[in-house]
Amino acid sequence: MGPEESTKFEAYLRTAISVDPKGWAHFDYVKMPEYRWGIFLTPAEADRRINFGAHKGEPAWQEVPGEYRSTLRRIIVTQGDTEPASVEQQRHLGLTCPSLYDLRNIFQVNVEEGRHLWAMVYLLHAHFGRDGREEAEALLERRSGDADNPRILGAFNERTPDWLSFFMFTFLTDRDGKYQLAALAESGFDPLSRTCRFMLTEEAHHLFVGESGISRAIQRTCEVMKTRKVDDPAEVRALGVIDLPTIQRYLNFHYSVTLDLYGSEVSSNAACFYTTGLKGRFEETKLGDDHRLANDEYPVLDLAGERIVTKHVPALTALNERLRDDYIRDVEAGIGRWNKVVEKAGIDFRFKLPHKAFNRRIGTFAGAHISPDGRVLSEAEWTHMHTQWLATESDREFVASLMGRVAEPGKFANWIAPPARGINNQPLDFEYVRFN
Amino acid sequence: MSAVPEQTAGGEAKALVSYDTHPDKYAHWRLAFDGPVATLSMDVNEEKGLRPGYRLKLNSYDLGVDIELHDALQRIRFEHPEVKVVVVTSAKERMFCSGANIYMLGLSPHAWKVNFCKFTNETRNGIEDASRYSGLRFLAAVNGAVAGGGYELALACDEILMIDDRSSAVSLPEVPLLGVLPGTGGLTRVTDKRKVRRDLADFFCTTTEGVRADRAKQWNLVDHVAKPQSWAQALKEHVDRLVNASGRAGGKGVALTPLQREVDDAGYHYRHVDAQIDRSARTVTITVTAPAGPQPSDLAGIHQAGMAWWPLAMARELDDAVLMLRTNELEIGTWLLKTHGDAGAVLAVDQALAANAKDWFVNETIGMLRRTLARLDVSSRTMYAIIDQGSCFAGTLAELALAADRSYMLHLPDDAVAAPKLALSEANFGAYPMVNGWTRIRTRFCGEQAPLDAARKHVGEPLAAEAAAGLGLVTFTPDDLDWEDEVRIAIEERASQSPDALTGLEANLRFPVAETMETRIFGRLTAWQNWIFNRPNAVGEEGALKVFGKGAKAKFNWERV
Repeated sequence: MGPEESTKFEAYLRTAISVDPKGWAHFDYVKMPEYRWGIFLTPAEADRRINFGAHKGEPAWQEVPGEYRSTLRRIIVTQGDTEPASVEQQRHLGLTCPSLYDLRNIFQVNVEEGRHLWAMVYLLHAHFGRDGREEAEALLERRSGDADNPRILGAFNERTPDWLSFFMFTFLTDRDGKYQLAALAESGFDPLSRTCRFMLTEEAHHLFVGESGISRAIQRTCEVMKTRKVDDPAEVRALGVIDLPTIQRYLNFHYSVTLDLYGSEVSSNAACFYTTGLKGRFEETKLGDDHRLANDEYPVLDLAGERIVTKHVPALTALNERLRDDYIRDVEAGIGRWNKVVEKAGIDFRFKLPHKAFNRRIGTFAGAHISPDGRVLSEAEWTHMHTQWLATESDREFVASLMGRVAEPGKFANWIAPPARGINNQPLDFEYVRFN
Repeated sequence: MSAVPEQTAGGEAKALVSYDTHPDKYAHWRLAFDGPVATLSMDVNEEKGLRPGYRLKLNSYDLGVDIELHDALQRIRFEHPEVKVVVVTSAKERMFCSGANIYMLGLSPHAWKVNFCKFTNETRNGIEDASRYSGLRFLAAVNGAVAGGGYELALACDEILMIDDRSSAVSLPEVPLLGVLPGTGGLTRVTDKRKVRRDLADFFCTTTEGVRADRAKQWNLVDHVAKPQSWAQALKEHVDRLVNASGRAGGKGVALTPLQREVDDAGYHYRHVDAQIDRSARTVTITVTAPAGPQPSDLAGIHQAGMAWWPLAMARELDDAVLMLRTNELEIGTWLLKTHGDAGAVLAVDQALAANAKDWFVNETIGMLRRTLARLDVSSRTMYAIIDQGSCFAGTLAELALAADRSYMLHLPDDAVAAPKLALSEANFGAYPMVNGWTRIRTRFCGEQAPLDAARKHVGEPLAAEAAAGLGLVTFTPDDLDWEDEVRIAIEERASQSPDALTGLEANLRFPVAETMETRIFGRLTAWQNWIFNRPNAVGEEGALKVFGKGAKAKFNWERV
């Protein structure tokens, strides 16, 4: 796995060699097969306790509690299954990289996702006996998009056909990974918590790749629009850059698909994971409540005929929704930064996140048709309108037409601006990947 | 399925559950026909639970879903004799069926849970009954995850084909997840039908996640597995093979016309069956009337009569009355079974049934009678047969007396002509086996051959009270002087006793000696389940069933009982 035909390449990568602050960001050239697939756990905290749920205050588990074996195993398998999926989805992107810098980044993201898979496989092997080994095997055998043996979650079997999709995926879908890992980092099962805490330090780079990648595409488009004084999307496209409405449609698609990954608004599984101390909330220990939530409520959206309404449900059952809301706040901040790029260029356009209920396939709004501004639509209205909101085949064909390979040091494809600075303070014309 | 508003004496309307439905009204199933293959696709509408308070997520079911399944099976039996194979599958993606809806169970009173489980058990037994007697072959095409009652539905089919997508699992997670048992025969069918070794069954039934297709096949939890890309091909091959294996004869279907039922304060009234409720006495008198006028004896006449043919019409009405009473009249604990009319006409119908038993329609009619009588056997109500003047407990209708816990037959020493008679026909010796595999008369004699042989010598003979009692066919034979008081007192005394103890007593005494998979399901599994359903570990405030889905942890009393 990993980018196609890449085993001889040397990529300038960050490799963790230990978990202390100096060790986890070691930069050098690495060939893929020689990448160090180590298992890293954040150092153990002395006397760590379970911080929430029915076991709050008890010592954290160092061994799998038999009572929760099955649930814990399922959580780890599901998390593990997402890690390599993107590697499998992105294999062909090396052939259309917009620069060496970007090619290097995809290597970096891929090896780390691969190692995150190994971290989950290790937990299964080390703590779950034969059963765990079998699950780990199955995890390694599944492949994104394989009709007979697909990844567990739908979003991880979608294609990532072009670099705009890749950046959207790393900005939006990897960010789901961040929030899931953050919730698992709170786990009462200490080995899982320590593994996830270390993985989170690496996840931040993936989000940076996504956010800055799109930001650079926006910047380039804005530059062209300004210097060539064009505004109409068709004219913008004719100049070889991605028009802003197309980027908005990609955003709408990837955002809504990713929201589904959090699961149903009201979920008994999520409640069970929390009460049993296996999966906490985002930044659980920084929250100022009783960490049991037996008597708390949380607002979720519901569909009442033609209207979307807010209803209050037991907070325990709304933990998926709560994590989704935490995530949305984080995404909004990123969108704000993109809009600054547009604003600075003096262009009258702003990116906007669609409504939480838009284009959902899981939960209350699965099967309903909701516009990006949160109106309930008829089937006919949706059929008529959705191509204005979601990336169409012709959008994808256009984006694909821009995807040519640029592999000379210091050069960048026309549709994307260079980054503000290089990796590890190297210059932009640094040879980030040697093809040998 | 409909909830008929019933006007009670006080004028307030309470929703009466009926079992009426039609494929055009299904909310949860799709029934499609393609030559010899019927496909029943489960597609449960979350919002259309029978009662408020729960959503039928993940293809889970409640009584309303099962009423539609029951109706679909009836349509296949009577309207589609051309069907040889029934494919039971799901219209949802990656989810076959997740079983009975847990929130519904958590919200339901005990009696509702038990009645629900009884009906679902009868419907699954009905699938196996159709396989055994009608030659239909059932293939469960398990195209996604299958858990609990979903797997129990698959278990009732002749064969199970499961998708091997490396993530869908088959499971019976009731014990570890809910603190109850699989309630629809799961434990019993895993061992008795599928011959899964008990240590493997022990493991299988105590893991929440179950096993995936490869191990399911290895342990014989399923018969066949297929990968997603070869699923359609595999399904077709198995269906074709089963079509060839089916012995169903085929013919021209007969439309299952809606039952004509009148409901009023006094009870339920049909053409051949009348259920008269006495609320203060907590009894219902169910009277079955013999056919009036000429009855067809040849196939042409029988087919022409169709749904109106007396044995079929009567059986459908009686079946409906039993279901309605069980669901809606919990406090009416004593059922008095009566018959009225010409015994000769009933025996003539028995002859017509026997002579044409090979015809698909007659065969299905016998099946309807067999299942209706079997429903009586497992109904948790006291049944007394009251054999009085003008009655016709003959042949098929004599089964009612044999099904009863006791029978009272009027003895008229001074009036041989007016004295009620009981008569056996050959039908009593084989047409209507109970779920224990024995006839009611054999069961009555606890399997002893001598009294059975003695009774058989009197087939066709009208037997007055003394003769019937001499053969052991009736319990008590008060004469006309004692009759009123003796019957009244017997009923009043019975109606005063603990309904729970009576249910247990009757269930024990009705099924002596012989055990089958079905009796084990109704007896052992159901009895244990009903005990567990009443225990705080399941239904107490912190019991597993009560807290399921709320995110709280069940608290158990660790004492083993």
